[in-house]
Amino acid sequence: MIPKATGVSASCSRYSLIEMGAMNRTIRIGVLGGMGLALAGCSANWGWYVVSPMTPKGLSNLQFLLQGLKQTIALSLTAILISVVVGLLVSLPGLSERRGLRAFNRIYVEIVRAVPILVLILWVYYGLPQIADVSINVFWAGVIALALSDSAFQAEIFRAGIQSIPRGQHEAAKSISLGYVDTMRFVILPQAIRRILPALGNQFVYMLKMSSLVSVIGMQELTRRANELVVTEYRPLEIYTILVLEYLVLILMVSAGVRWLERRLQTDQRG
Amino acid sequence: MDSPVNAIITLEGVGKFFGDFKALNDVTLSVGFGERVVVCGPSGSGKSTLIRCINRLERHDSGRIIVDGVEMTDDRRSIETIRREVGMVFQQFNLFPHLTVLQNLTLGPLRARKLSKSESESRAMQYLERVQIPEQAGKYPAQLSGGQQQRVAIARALCMEPRIMLFDEPTSALDPEMIAEVLEVMVQLAESGMTMVCVTHEMGFARRVADQMVFMDRGEIVEQAPPERFFNDPQSDRCKRFLQQILAH
Repeated sequence: MIPKATGVSASCSRYSLIEMGAMNRTIRIGVLGGMGLALAGCSANWGWYVVSPMTPKGLSNLQFLLQGLKQTIALSLTAILISVVVGLLVSLPGLSERRGLRAFNRIYVEIVRAVPILVLILWVYYGLPQIADVSINVFWAGVIALALSDSAFQAEIFRAGIQSIPRGQHEAAKSISLGYVDTMRFVILPQAIRRILPALGNQFVYMLKMSSLVSVIGMQELTRRANELVVTEYRPLEIYTILVLEYLVLILMVSAGVRWLERRLQTDQRG
Repeated sequence: MDSPVNAIITLEGVGKFFGDFKALNDVTLSVGFGERVVVCGPSGSGKSTLIRCINRLERHDSGRIIVDGVEMTDDRRSIETIRREVGMVFQQFNLFPHLTVLQNLTLGPLRARKLSKSESESRAMQYLERVQIPEQAGKYPAQLSGGQQQRVAIARALCMEPRIMLFDEPTSALDPEMIAEVLEVMVQLAESGMTMVCVTHEMGFARRVADQMVFMDRGEIVEQAPPERFFNDPQSDRCKRFLQQILAH
């Protein structure tokens, strides 16, 4: 009797979890995480005054940290948009029948993928101006490095997605006289993008996290601001905890966004 | 071989290899304007390859293919010109699953023929009426039965207003009860005077509409004759054996 009853209640709770939907779940995870940290903050070792909105000093510290959200979002968003476009453009030659074009794709992916992001950031910011006679600010150095690095991964994701579309789709497009660009734009990519959406979401999350590395060249995004505040306030535990929460909130929002997009495109297909 | 004077499709000594496998061996065939040719033969005999060469879904390795006066070469213009004339229906339908029925039909006219939205939509509806499923225009392919999907695929090809229609085993992926509705549409199309090349094992359909029967085996055309002679008095042993097997039940 007992195992049977357990089984029923387990299936009920799973059902209600699904019903609640992704957004709801995301909020719950965030609230639970926040409560956990708040509880931990009750112990004697924590000194939340440093970022307490109740005191003028704490409030200005908190505002200083939160202002980094703007830069982090701008940096990651610009970088991901560029890397998706570049990744797509690099993936297409990889699907060509011509060996030379495929070689271009392979070489690009293998080389760019092999450079650590941090190294690429340093190279673009300190190295590039010496050979290219350009002055480059930290924001664009960060964007270029992140986008370049990510584009190699995007290219592989797109290639896999496009290759997963059955050959019959290409043939049907040819049989109604569609050219290469129209075939890709109206037939292949809309289907491929649906399939690679989870992977694209992964890359977006990854990009948000890697944007923290741009702090090393002095870009005042979330991580840099936290570092600067720690130097003056000597409260790394509280300040870095806030930093963790900032990234957590951003990334949960991205996850929810990707889930929403997946559901939307799914219903599109079924009518 | 007696080739009609006004041949719209001419194949001369066409050969095609897949690696070491000889898919087509010196195939010569000519299809007259308005003629209906049914191609049959055992699987792997090269039937599909033959018709796929006609609109360049496969590249032939040797010989000549001439469609409506244009020779098929590696030149993109020749391929584009020929594809304009040739519609194709596939065994697996190959509808675009992310587009509605109407969008499936209007994509070609809109993008390749540069028709306006209203022109291509009215044309699409006209052909949907013709295949008798205008009420399904707003649905997605996955919501239709196999027979309905194949009729949509036929309508999609007709929307390009081709002069020639190629059918690559159009009923082989269908449940038996849906074959009739697709064949009915094909018979109507044949009666309207369309030039058709059909790879099919539907011998009832072949008897009803074919002007020429072509039997292929091992990449070669073994026998070619009008249906009465083909079914009643096949010349080659291979063709006799094939017909016995396929007509046995």
